[in-house]
Amino acid sequence: MALVGIIDYGVGNLRSVEKAFAAVGCDALVSADEETLRTVERLVLPGVGAFGACMRALTERGFDRLVTERVAQGTPLLGVCVGMQMLFEESDEFGTTRGLGLLPGRVTRFSGELVVPQVGWNQIRQRHSHPMFQGIADGAFFYFVHSYYCEPADSRVVLGETDYGVAYASVVAYENISGVQFHPEKSQAAGLRLLANFARAD
Amino acid sequence: MLAKRIIPCLDVDRGRVVKGIRFVSLVDAGDPIEQAKRYDAEGADELTFLDITASSDKREIVAALVRRVADEVFIPFTVGGGLRSLEDFRAVLRSGADKVSLNTAAIEEPQLISKGAEVFGSQCMVVSIDARRRNPHDASEGWNVFTYGGRQPAGLDVIEWAIEAERLGAGEILLTSMDCDGTRNGYDLELTRAVSSAVRIPVIASGGAGKLNHFYEALTEGGASAVLAASLFHSGEYEIADVKNYLRTRGVVVR
Repeated sequence: MALVGIIDYGVGNLRSVEKAFAAVGCDALVSADEETLRTVERLVLPGVGAFGACMRALTERGFDRLVTERVAQGTPLLGVCVGMQMLFEESDEFGTTRGLGLLPGRVTRFSGELVVPQVGWNQIRQRHSHPMFQGIADGAFFYFVHSYYCEPADSRVVLGETDYGVAYASVVAYENISGVQFHPEKSQAAGLRLLANFARAD
Repeated sequence: MLAKRIIPCLDVDRGRVVKGIRFVSLVDAGDPIEQAKRYDAEGADELTFLDITASSDKREIVAALVRRVADEVFIPFTVGGGLRSLEDFRAVLRSGADKVSLNTAAIEEPQLISKGAEVFGSQCMVVSIDARRRNPHDASEGWNVFTYGGRQPAGLDVIEWAIEAERLGAGEILLTSMDCDGTRNGYDLELTRAVSSAVRIPVIASGGAGKLNHFYEALTEGGASAVLAASLFHSGEYEIADVKNYLRTRGVVVR
């Protein structure tokens, strides 16, 4: 089974992600070491808090380049929460901040009369079958915490949608790049299954 | 649809769950990890740990507990109780907690909310407000904020403080009615409604749950995003699933 590297760039609680992989029998490690992150077979890009702060912290360590290069080599990548948002070109959080630009599209804030952030368990409507969804029921609940959401320019990358005021892309995948807006490590059995699917996919 | 959340609360002292009876006699009620796992299996959407450890090595004791919970329970959890600095927050969040809850510390040093939000994100910062009616029989006179476990009036109005907490970067408000807490006569719906309509962040209603209908009222009439209860679940009177089944039959979306 492939070794999963969780990119530690000083943001958020990565211990839960590591423990979640361990709970489903997958090998994963948290690392801030460039050499290690260049040798693992899969990468998880986490992220919590502000988009700009996450991008800055990632760039300061040169991990923006590392992620881009490894993706170009074909390494499977899973972005989680703000990690998913960073896959896109830009976010309008505090002005406009550039993302990694691995997928075309932008990140925008929930508007209208909604309670923001969206906090809690919401459902994923599966638009396509995909190895990531193996063993996960259509409409399963996952745990979300976010104020911004991704608007992919190409709707073909949208694997799963969630309703919160709007129907937005909560799961995306294109070739070896994937992202989930929710926290799989905090989403009980369905979340653990999704992580296992990512670690085990061919 | 976003589901309404049901959150059991566990009081913890030196790494053990305790049942406080009016803050006086503390009865050992078991291992927090075992209880957390039980609630997780029953379908709890989140957990809240209120740590009341009074000890010089509190930080280490709490961090050790948090690590054990994070290793075995894969739903979000919040830790509150005596966290007073960014270092306290970091110790808890780094060990695996998802959120910290601040009460007295946030009132004595409001900038702690904004500093915490800046470093860890607003989603981590829960501001806990203990509210008491100025007139027990008339909600129109409003509510005062209390600190130090409900022992001291803070000289603040609940609605104004909730708005200020949101402005400073709080991600959620945990709102406890001191008038209703422990009575099992239902949540203070006027209080819950007043705060949830004054802010745009989620409000967690707390204090007073005794019957299934009370949860329904807080989530609908009260406008709360989540409901928290302690003794009702600990006593085994209701399981989480009982509450969820009831809410589901009344048309409330639950997980």
